[in-house]
Amino acid sequence: MIRRLPHVDRVGIEERAATLGKRSIKTTAKQQGIRLAVSMVDLTTLEGSDTPGKVRHLCAKAVCPAPSMPEIPSVAAVCVYPSLVAVTREALEGTGVKTASVATAFPSGQASLDVKLRDTEEAVAAGADEIDMVISREAFLTGDDARVMEEIVRVKDVCGDAHLKVILETSELGSYDHVRHASMLAMEAGADFIKTSTGKTGTGATPGVVLVMLEAIRDYVDRTGRVVGMKAAGGVSVSKAALHMLVLVKETLGDEWLTNERFRIGASSLLNDLLMQYQKTETGRYARPEDFSKE
Amino acid sequence: MATQEQRTSIVWDYAPAPESPDHVRLRDSYGLFIDGDFRDPGDGTRVQSINPATEEVVAEVAFAGPGDVRRAVEAARAAQPGWAALSGLERGKYLFRVARLIQERARELAVVESMDGGKPIRESRDVDVPLAAAHFFHYAGWADKLSYGMGGRAVEPLGVAGQIVPWNFPLLMAAWKLAPALACGNTAVLKPAETTPVTALLLAEILQEAELPPGVVQIVPGDGAAGATLVREPDIDKVAFTGSTSVGKNIQAALAGRGIPLTLELGGKSANIVFEDAALDQAVEGIVNGIFFNQGHVCCAGSRLLIQESVAETVVSKLWDRMGRLRVGDPLDKNTDVGAINSREQLERITALVASGEEEGAVRRTVVCDLPDRGYWFAPTLFTGVAPAHRIAAEEIFGPVVSVLTFRTQAEAIEKANSTPYGLAAGIWTDKGSKAFEVAAALQAGVVWQNTYNKFDPSAAFGGYKESGFGREGGMSGLRPYLRHDVSDPGVTL
Repeated sequence: MIRRLPHVDRVGIEERAATLGKRSIKTTAKQQGIRLAVSMVDLTTLEGSDTPGKVRHLCAKAVCPAPSMPEIPSVAAVCVYPSLVAVTREALEGTGVKTASVATAFPSGQASLDVKLRDTEEAVAAGADEIDMVISREAFLTGDDARVMEEIVRVKDVCGDAHLKVILETSELGSYDHVRHASMLAMEAGADFIKTSTGKTGTGATPGVVLVMLEAIRDYVDRTGRVVGMKAAGGVSVSKAALHMLVLVKETLGDEWLTNERFRIGASSLLNDLLMQYQKTETGRYARPEDFSKE
Repeated sequence: MATQEQRTSIVWDYAPAPESPDHVRLRDSYGLFIDGDFRDPGDGTRVQSINPATEEVVAEVAFAGPGDVRRAVEAARAAQPGWAALSGLERGKYLFRVARLIQERARELAVVESMDGGKPIRESRDVDVPLAAAHFFHYAGWADKLSYGMGGRAVEPLGVAGQIVPWNFPLLMAAWKLAPALACGNTAVLKPAETTPVTALLLAEILQEAELPPGVVQIVPGDGAAGATLVREPDIDKVAFTGSTSVGKNIQAALAGRGIPLTLELGGKSANIVFEDAALDQAVEGIVNGIFFNQGHVCCAGSRLLIQESVAETVVSKLWDRMGRLRVGDPLDKNTDVGAINSREQLERITALVASGEEEGAVRRTVVCDLPDRGYWFAPTLFTGVAPAHRIAAEEIFGPVVSVLTFRTQAEAIEKANSTPYGLAAGIWTDKGSKAFEVAAALQAGVVWQNTYNKFDPSAAFGGYKESGFGREGGMSGLRPYLRHDVSDPGVTL
């Protein structure tokens, strides 16, 4: 595979991302944008203290985020650790909301391939619709692209019908060139989605990183015709940031990507901010945080 | 409970987001700003300034006749010794005050600039007005350091400057001209462009509010004849002109033998060179900024796109895709990327040159978009298959039209880039630093941007080679055209 890898100019990409952050999203565009963003949320809980009880509460919230505002759609998925996939699956049965599970020694990915594959198999067997794997940053940063791809290919194999989201953990990659490079590796290896971050390290889905990945997707889709989705996760906690993401998608990949089949936002605290902002557009007043259940 | 269909059927587009003009306080009619106040024209006329996006009247404006121009020069002459006698620190205080007042009225100035000229509010708000203030701030700081700026030599002002600015950046060009002239102790007669005089008149209000001594600045709108009168006035000591190359040549001819220092900032057909090792997506952004910024009404616009053949197809395809996402329309909408063409006359010129491109065999692609029924509009256009001999490869179109040429090697890129009567600006897109420096040094262009385009800063010199003019504006080098530095008496005022 002798192909020129495109470079990314840091100043240029950040300038473009910032320009798109200045789009004025008001009135009906804001309402529709917030509803769209809600429908794209992967409502996430990835804590050592997660219990079946907490996860069931979260599932109820995912299906019906705001009982007082029936026009607010369900979120896209609930994302949990493999051990909680079964209870999530059961709670979401028949609702259309997907069950997503992290896997492959999330979040560090520091385990043998066998362990990663077992981890994935268990999550799939328990009923996960979607698997969020991490790439081996250790392999990537030592220049072992082949191992990065090999792992993705093998995990994809055991996923079966489950969709595979490949987490690049961009904050650990060190440059936009690396983010772009890792995006291409993940897509070549069969990723259904590429995803920014685990949410467990520093920064995650910054506008610049998201734009680099969207541009990588655009080039890959242009070349191969295979559709790949994008998941922005890590640090998207307020409505303004979520709407900024939607603008990036709209003006890079186009309206076809403005659906939760192709774009997701991984978040835990974003959903309530979206609800508060939506209510503000309806009533003209800001809601209190306690007006919406935490989970 | 929401169903799957509901979730995936949300259509999302931006709602109109117009910047409200309600806060703008325009007078119905503006006089000529002479000797500190707005005055009725003597032998001039009154004309209506038109909003090119709606063809509605923005305001009525007095145009100066020859007698009015004479009055303006006389007022400037009378005020000059007093202004030059002030210490640099004092002159700087006035300029700082003007800069701050521009900032205070920034929103109003941005809206009026978009109404009078058709440029998107995003640009007038984020580029024109902040840069205009920045220029006054910059030269306010120079006012008491002029000798330092000229290598320690004794300096003195030239006297009365006649300044003529174009219609593409009306307020910003006024700031580029006035700030250094005033900092150096000159007084000025500024003629704004025929189609866009209104923000310069708001600037006149600001000068009044700043209590600038009467006569230091005259602002006399008018047509080309007023400009021709101004440069032929016997009692001026300096001419600075920004505009077309043909008018610039006339001015230079008119000044022949008079020993009056002249600065010309003229047209361009600037090359934007994309090498195969560039960050291509960012290069595409730079191409867009280079040619569609201000509808291409930019003298340094990157209107000649030179792409290395190995990536030409990729870049053109990315560029065309990106052009399709440009939002063309209401200049006052905060989400508009490309606004209205400045005047009917300019629209006709663009249309004619584009037609010549098609006749000469270049392949034209124009973005399909809804354009308003009224006003002057031209959708972003791309020409491929352009030969260097085509008119669209050689002549300045001054509109949202980019001509794509290709090259094979670095040497060919340099040769093609320099093969033009102009030499205002150029862009280089490469990830390789050594190549960028090598090419930049070989280009005959006053400004060379690397991995960016159309970036302006008051501290950076701007000006042309060849038929793009001479003299520099901006930064330390922008002082030189407004100072006499061959003075024998070191005791002159600084």
